[in-house]
Amino acid sequence: MSNKEIDDLSGTETTGHEWDGIKELNTPLPRWWLWTFYGTVVFALGYTIAYPAWPLISSATPGVLGFSSRANLDADLAAAKAAQGGVIEKIAATPVAEIVKDDELNRFATAGGKSLFKVYCTQCHGTGAMGGVGYPNLNDDDWLWGGSIDQIYTTLTHGVRHEADADTRFNIMPNFGADGILTTEQIDQVAKQVASLSGVEGGAASPEGQQLFLDNCAACHGDAGQGNPDLGGPALSDRVWLYTGTLEGIKAQLVKPTHGVMPAWGVRLGDVAVKELAVYVHGLGGGQ
Amino acid sequence: MGLLEKHGVIERNATLLLTLSLVVVCIGGIVEIAPLFYFQNTIEKVAGIRPYTPLELAGRNIYVREGCYVCHSQMVRPFRDETERYGHYSLAAESMYDHPFQWGSKRTGPDLARVGGRYSDVWHVEHLRHPQALVPESIMPRYGFLADTELDSSAIVGDLKANAIVGVPYTEDAIKNAQADLLAQATLDGDSTGLKERYVNARVADYDGNPAKVTEMDALVAYLQMLGTLVDFTTYDAKANYR
Repeated sequence: MSNKEIDDLSGTETTGHEWDGIKELNTPLPRWWLWTFYGTVVFALGYTIAYPAWPLISSATPGVLGFSSRANLDADLAAAKAAQGGVIEKIAATPVAEIVKDDELNRFATAGGKSLFKVYCTQCHGTGAMGGVGYPNLNDDDWLWGGSIDQIYTTLTHGVRHEADADTRFNIMPNFGADGILTTEQIDQVAKQVASLSGVEGGAASPEGQQLFLDNCAACHGDAGQGNPDLGGPALSDRVWLYTGTLEGIKAQLVKPTHGVMPAWGVRLGDVAVKELAVYVHGLGGGQ
Repeated sequence: MGLLEKHGVIERNATLLLTLSLVVVCIGGIVEIAPLFYFQNTIEKVAGIRPYTPLELAGRNIYVREGCYVCHSQMVRPFRDETERYGHYSLAAESMYDHPFQWGSKRTGPDLARVGGRYSDVWHVEHLRHPQALVPESIMPRYGFLADTELDSSAIVGDLKANAIVGVPYTEDAIKNAQADLLAQATLDGDSTGLKERYVNARVADYDGNPAKVTEMDALVAYLQMLGTLVDFTTYDAKANYR
């Protein structure tokens, strides 16, 4: 500019504006700030060369570092696997019944199963695996589909009544009341009979009830109501109840039974995870 | 520094400053946004992805209406901690028929991108009614009223049409049968052959356990149970799609 004016006091150039005798200084940007700014511009250019950035015809420039978030994930997973020192491979190759006999594998699988349990199982079975109404307690000795390590492993792999899995654990209790298989009176008798097996309040054994039980219930629940894990028939002679353990609850289940569903975890989590879970659940205290 | 001196002209002319600012913003926007519409890795087609069935779409509308996205994201990022907790990372194609998408940016509750099939229908119904009955640690509100509210199935035709306008490939056949399909998917003894022809792997169930009526609970659970289940990851080639 031709009419550059320097302020006498500060020695700085003014903008040339004047309001009522007041002039505005045109103080230049601090040099350190300006060069930092230029530095960030240069850094940004370098960054776009190093990482995926500039859009081209069919894709963006990949960047000379070859960054890929998905490849990074696979590398992370591979590193984690390597850090586990081949135990995962051993678990994959060992039948689940052998894992519990091997101290090292058992310890590893139990720890892995414990964290898997927290992520996938606690929502139904509870943080302490204590279960709830309709969801079995996994700490006790009462097993619907069997408490051996192999049976637990099968249940976990294929689920219970999981429609997408052809090998899923499956049974259906008939609607004895709703479908008119038994009369109301008969339901009453058999419910009292069932209640008497474990001393539920209001229970009373009777010859009619016993006969009805043998005709209708014993095939799945056993002659003495001891249960049949092969068919998933719950034991009725103990005091562990999946639903309500009262005479009314037994009647309700006879009239129109409720059936629980457990997802199949084999495909979703993979065999190693299912084995770890089986070992953990088996070790909770009730495993046979 | 002649060019920089000329900057003074722009600074002294508000209209020129605004116009040129707009031009710069447009260039930036085009460079950042336009490529997303033609880049192979952002428009990747993945086998298995289909539009939502009418019932699932109705459930999705309830999901949005109730603000589930405020606490739940639907985006599993490619990190070890996320994939080990939720499952395979999300693909862009999995939300290609979402208008608007539900990726979310905050997780007060867990991510739901892969919640489908993880729990039973009964669990979902119980959990929506009273979350703390199943998960005592939960702070989720109760949504029991959904089970009492009959689903308004008359609006679904309009929903499908609106989605078709923004690019979801609903055929005329699908739009015409939307209401019937919606009811068929929530009823066990109905005729669901048309539904299953139009929507591959559509699951028919009495989601809320109440065969007497189709409720909003049916729709929401149907939606939750299909989330993240469309892609078969045993056949998905992850290495070919590194990015």
